[in-house]
Amino acid sequence: MMFDLIIIGAGPAGITASVYAARKKMGILVITRDIGGQAAWSGDIENYTGYQFITGPELAGKFEEHMRKYGIELRENEQVLEIKKKNEGVWVKTDKGTYEGKTAIIASGKRSRELAVPGERKFKNRGLTYCATCDGPLFAGKDVAVVGGGNSALDATLQLIQIARHIYLINITPDLTGDLVMREKVRENNKVSILNSTRVTAVLGEKMVSRIKIRREDKEETLPVEGVFVEVGLIPNSEFAKDLEKNGRGEIKVNSYNETNIPGIFAAGDVTDVPEKQIVIAAGEGAKAALSAFRYLAQHR
Amino acid sequence: MDKKVMIYSTLACPFCMMAKKFLKENNIDFEDIDVSTDQIRVQEMIKKSGQMAVPVIDIDGEIIVGFDKEKIRKALGL
Repeated sequence: MMFDLIIIGAGPAGITASVYAARKKMGILVITRDIGGQAAWSGDIENYTGYQFITGPELAGKFEEHMRKYGIELRENEQVLEIKKKNEGVWVKTDKGTYEGKTAIIASGKRSRELAVPGERKFKNRGLTYCATCDGPLFAGKDVAVVGGGNSALDATLQLIQIARHIYLINITPDLTGDLVMREKVRENNKVSILNSTRVTAVLGEKMVSRIKIRREDKEETLPVEGVFVEVGLIPNSEFAKDLEKNGRGEIKVNSYNETNIPGIFAAGDVTDVPEKQIVIAAGEGAKAALSAFRYLAQHR
Repeated sequence: MDKKVMIYSTLACPFCMMAKKFLKENNIDFEDIDVSTDQIRVQEMIKKSGQMAVPVIDIDGEIIVGFDKEKIRKALGL
């Protein structure tokens, strides 16, 4: 089966691309690990036009409904391992099969960056978490560490002030970098100890996290904490796109038509080097990419 | 016979919301346990799952951590 368009990812960019392509009567396959992408992770959204207030899961649910209305062929829970140009079309390999299309849109988004220290994988969901909003309430009355210094780390810290006993904010740079208002709130609170120029070197414990090792100015210390909240930014899900040109951050390079360096392969949303990672922008980019793919097909029949 | 379904969740957790929505859409009755206010239930959840992460779904003793649609479907026979 040869699809007109294979869309990788079903966040705001991939879903919007699928809706636009479906309305152009293209034969589409959507391959994705999950539905909604990072939008589903978002808490309250107050800047998606048309909704003055909506939660991430609600908006993601509406996106999904919109896509399903068109009866698009959808492979969920499937991970793309490779994409390459084959003859005049595109060849996609996943953990469950291979597919061929005339064109493709990569809209695979971003994921939480890992600390890359010993113990991180072992203690994931055993005291170490990447979702403060989800798992924060489980750490009531406990001492915890938040790792990071940007907005997401400050946001996690402010949430945890209501819940945890004490919070160590462990920041690798000499000063916090998030919004001033949040920085001030964090600094003023006596439940928070800010450790600047400090890195986590290991996560330790038995079954669950009981302590972490940190290094500050060449001095190693151990902090007794039961929770570790990792908030050190995001990285693009672009590893599988080996032949595609990327920038220094691993984001796929696109021009204003969402074209990549490979003709017939387009990219949209947070996985690309387009500035500003926002739901409304990702959705718009997805629409553009679908229209570009449609135009490409018309010119290459 | 209907299976007994429990979900351990927190209020603002997106995957908990999605899991509950999924259960409702499939007309599955479930007991919703808010662990953000009850440390005893937190301990119960950790004991069952061996993990400290929500959501945890207990379907007749089968424990599923996270919102894994395929596993939930299988456990419920959907």
